Amino acid sequence: MTYEPVIGVEVHAQLHTQTKLFCGCPTSFGLPPNTQVCPVCLGLPGSLPVLNQQAVEMAVRTGLALNCELSPTNQFSRKNYFYPDLPKGYQISQYDLPICGPGWLEISVNDKKKRVRITRAHLEEDAGKNVHEEGAEGSHVDLNRAGTPLLEIVTEPDLFSSEEVDAYLKALRDLLVYLDVCDGNMEQGSFRCEPNVSIRPKGQQTLGTKVELKNINSFRYAKDALDYEISRQAELLDEGGKVQQETRLWNVQLGQTAVMRSKEGAHDYRYFPDPDLLPVSIDAEWIEELGGTIPEIPSARLQRFVKDYQLSEYDAGILTDSKELADYFEACVKLFAHPKTVSNWVTGELLRELHSSGVTPEDSPLKPERLVELLELVDSGTVSLKAARELFPELYSTDKTAEQVVKEKGLVQVSDEGTLQTIIEEVLAAHPAQVEQYRGGKEAVIGYLVGQVMKASKGKANPGKVNEMLKRSLTS
Amino acid sequence: MADISQKEVEHVAHLAKLDLTEPEKTLFGEQLSQILTFVEQLQEVSTEGVPLTSSVADQESFLREDLPRKGLSQEEALSNAPEANEGFFVVPKIIAK
Amino acid sequence: MALFKLTLKELQEKFTSGEITAGEIARAYLLRISQVEPKIKSYISLTPREDLLMNAQAIDDGLKAWRKTEPLMAMPLGIKDNICTKGMRTTCGSRMLETFVPPYDATVMTKFNAQKPLILGKTNLDEFAMGSSTEHSAFGPSRNPWNQQHIPGGSSGGSAAAVAADECVAALGSDTGGSIRQPAACCGVVGLKPTYGRVSRYGLVAFASSLDQIGPITKTVTDAAIMLNALVGHDPLDSTSAKRDFPDFTKSAKKKDIKKLVVGVPQEYFAEGLDPEVSEKIQDAIAVFEGIGGKIQEVTLPSTERAIATYYLIATAEASSNLARYDGVKYGFRAKECKELAEMYHSTRSQGFGPEVKRRIMLGTYALSAGYYDAFYAKAQAVRTLIQRDFEAVFQEVDFLVSPVMPTPAFRLGERLEDPLQMYLSDIYTIPASLAGLPAISLPCGHSSKGLPIGLQLMGRPFEENIVLRAAFAYEHATNWRTKRPIIRS
Repeated sequence: MTYEPVIGVEVHAQLHTQTKLFCGCPTSFGLPPNTQVCPVCLGLPGSLPVLNQQAVEMAVRTGLALNCELSPTNQFSRKNYFYPDLPKGYQISQYDLPICGPGWLEISVNDKKKRVRITRAHLEEDAGKNVHEEGAEGSHVDLNRAGTPLLEIVTEPDLFSSEEVDAYLKALRDLLVYLDVCDGNMEQGSFRCEPNVSIRPKGQQTLGTKVELKNINSFRYAKDALDYEISRQAELLDEGGKVQQETRLWNVQLGQTAVMRSKEGAHDYRYFPDPDLLPVSIDAEWIEELGGTIPEIPSARLQRFVKDYQLSEYDAGILTDSKELADYFEACVKLFAHPKTVSNWVTGELLRELHSSGVTPEDSPLKPERLVELLELVDSGTVSLKAARELFPELYSTDKTAEQVVKEKGLVQVSDEGTLQTIIEEVLAAHPAQVEQYRGGKEAVIGYLVGQVMKASKGKANPGKVNEMLKRSLTS
Repeated sequence: MADISQKEVEHVAHLAKLDLTEPEKTLFGEQLSQILTFVEQLQEVSTEGVPLTSSVADQESFLREDLPRKGLSQEEALSNAPEANEGFFVVPKIIAK
Repeated sequence: MALFKLTLKELQEKFTSGEITAGEIARAYLLRISQVEPKIKSYISLTPREDLLMNAQAIDDGLKAWRKTEPLMAMPLGIKDNICTKGMRTTCGSRMLETFVPPYDATVMTKFNAQKPLILGKTNLDEFAMGSSTEHSAFGPSRNPWNQQHIPGGSSGGSAAAVAADECVAALGSDTGGSIRQPAACCGVVGLKPTYGRVSRYGLVAFASSLDQIGPITKTVTDAAIMLNALVGHDPLDSTSAKRDFPDFTKSAKKKDIKKLVVGVPQEYFAEGLDPEVSEKIQDAIAVFEGIGGKIQEVTLPSTERAIATYYLIATAEASSNLARYDGVKYGFRAKECKELAEMYHSTRSQGFGPEVKRRIMLGTYALSAGYYDAFYAKAQAVRTLIQRDFEAVFQEVDFLVSPVMPTPAFRLGERLEDPLQMYLSDIYTIPASLAGLPAISLPCGHSSKGLPIGLQLMGRPFEENIVLRAAFAYEHATNWRTKRPIIRS
């Protein structure tokens, strides 16, 4: 039988605030255990939570970019369960009043655009970390991460293939990175995804039994795990079996999913409004203010580049693929108003150097100011385009100015009319036949003469200038 | 009288991570039934359209600026721990159930 | 007169004028405690003698350099043992926290410590403040200084007994459903529960977060005002802390009349179940209010009869979640020899909590669990709104309300231990103000035929502690109950 998978995705994005959601502890990663903690995130008796404004604002900005309805009243609830990484015995989360209501995100798969509906996005605190060491008697608990702000973003079951999920995850991650609310690092766990998947015979309307997948920490695993799970379910159904509603873990080594143990036998989280936190109103004025701070989303920026800078979709696509590169490009255009030229250099020479040195545009040793300086030298005829391309690697890897490099390499173009005129006269005198041909109407011969002048100047003459002066001399 | 069954007592005790002895189960079962019978009187009160009060504080939550505040040292954090090792809290092994 | 018999105000005056030193105060109280404590058992932990004397010495030594005193400087105080004190064991009356030493101070302690008081020790309470008698303390009950066969009330029974027995000049308690006012009434002292949000809860070990409030237990109304001044103010560490101005409360406790104030007498507080002796004393008090210029008006608070059921659902639901953190992982008790995690959780919590706490966790867990939430917890939240509306309506007409604190004088130790519901029912008069978050004070208004104190409760509008204090002060000075002290026989 042919089946159609139906997939929804939950993403936990760690908001990169400086401090935790309900206390002033830093959110730094990779420090010695239990050193980023205080009475609040340790859940000490008597401690109380106070909400981080920055986290709320990041959630609102994300909600706006995801076209979500924003809830005017926000309430935090307690999700009650026991686990060693959960210091209070409950997680502060949002239940019936999430900060972001329904919205959508546009994705593009095989050049086809599609809207993925967002069900909700809510704020919650992260748990700590249990470290299980092989052979050890017990488990170790580190609460540095406990209380880190997360935004849980949930979609409707709107995705019908692992390719669509991949496109959605990438689009969402790019968006969050673009909004500067999440660093998008899947390996470090700041962008975690939990897809749920069911399959149904093609054409059937009702949904099958869904399985949740966990332990997915790269885009690649998301795709692999879904592909595996879809075929597992299909085989099961084909053999007359039934899919169980359960949570399964992706095992990278085996390339399989396996049933995960459940945290608590019967899930009854007993959500109720946290009496330690009062409701938070998000009024229209605040939303508007935050709306103003939202950077353009990638697709809108691409369109703007095409329209305002007359770039091809292809070039604009390369430039807006990363926010940093697009920012770099625009910084250059601000200094040097020839977008097409800038685009050629940024997508060509610059990107090649960045790739080969494995550096992000933001960390490029060649800052927009120094690149633009080079472009200006080319524009003014001080250096030829060819010479500029040759000297680019040196410019990129040193901190010299373009002018310094040009001078050191002796690549300054000769544009001085006096010097050029002397050479031209010598060349004309040495080639009377060609001069005659030109004057007789065979104008193409000028190319040969230019070549002779370039040769005589050892390549340093400004070819445009030479061309122009030659014409003048020949017609006078 | 609202009777709370032995099974419900056990379920609630499980949710609350309490082990009750047999006499405790019987006693709590009886006492909870008695208390629940008493609180059932609330069903007589008409509360249609009445908003729910989860706090009487007459304000909204104020928000905290995203600025780091001095926390505890690792030593202080672990000072009350029943068991700690190399900077971690230690718990008995977690067995899949 | 012996130092320990003085009120906070009197002691403050003697210290400020230089008539007595902090060292003398410390020694006087150390002596008093050593004589009385074995009988009353007010404290769970005492500040070691050497430490206390050193603190007193530091105050006496520093006084010259500081050039000024603070209202609570050198004042010998007791702190309820559910308020976190950095470096000093905070047990909450529970085995669970028997060894817990907080690495931080509650906000009220930070405020107090800035004034350099003498903290004498941590007072006894029902385990996690759940109870009305201190009989649920894992460290044994405290005794009523008026009659040691009787309870001192609860849950702040240790604080009330310590003040009544002159084992401290004033104390901090916490009130969730009457836990300051009821023991104050039992012990014949003054107990003030401020408006919810008036005093920071940061560092108060939570029982029921939407109800808990710290307040003073003192010998007089003036003393309560002095203590309240030191406690109030917005705290950025408590999201429910009110962002409001506050007056100098001692200025409210000055006038000896209540002219122009309307006194509300809620009928429901004088219905069936009220001990005739108590009823009589409250009626006498109402007559006193009339005599000092109050206009008496009968009012009705129809939802009062629903208050206990509402309270026990909300408070236990919140408690079931607040007490989930006691799991043997980060602090406190852990059961021995557990092989795996689930066993550790169950054994730790079963051995660490006493029966009353377990009972309430069970009830609260049940009220929040799937299938019962709407019928119990959500219903109680709605009824809470009705109770609050009752008060709002009545306070359109009256300035404060007069009622008993509890239906009977302090009962005998053990009398109600076997019947939790009966114990809960005795909170009927204090619970409504808790649910509505109102300020309420309890002060002595007479004695029963057996010589046990009887308490009078005054309730005010939110954030109008000043009116409650004014009326309480005027009543206190129109009568002489404050001069009656228990005699503790050996």
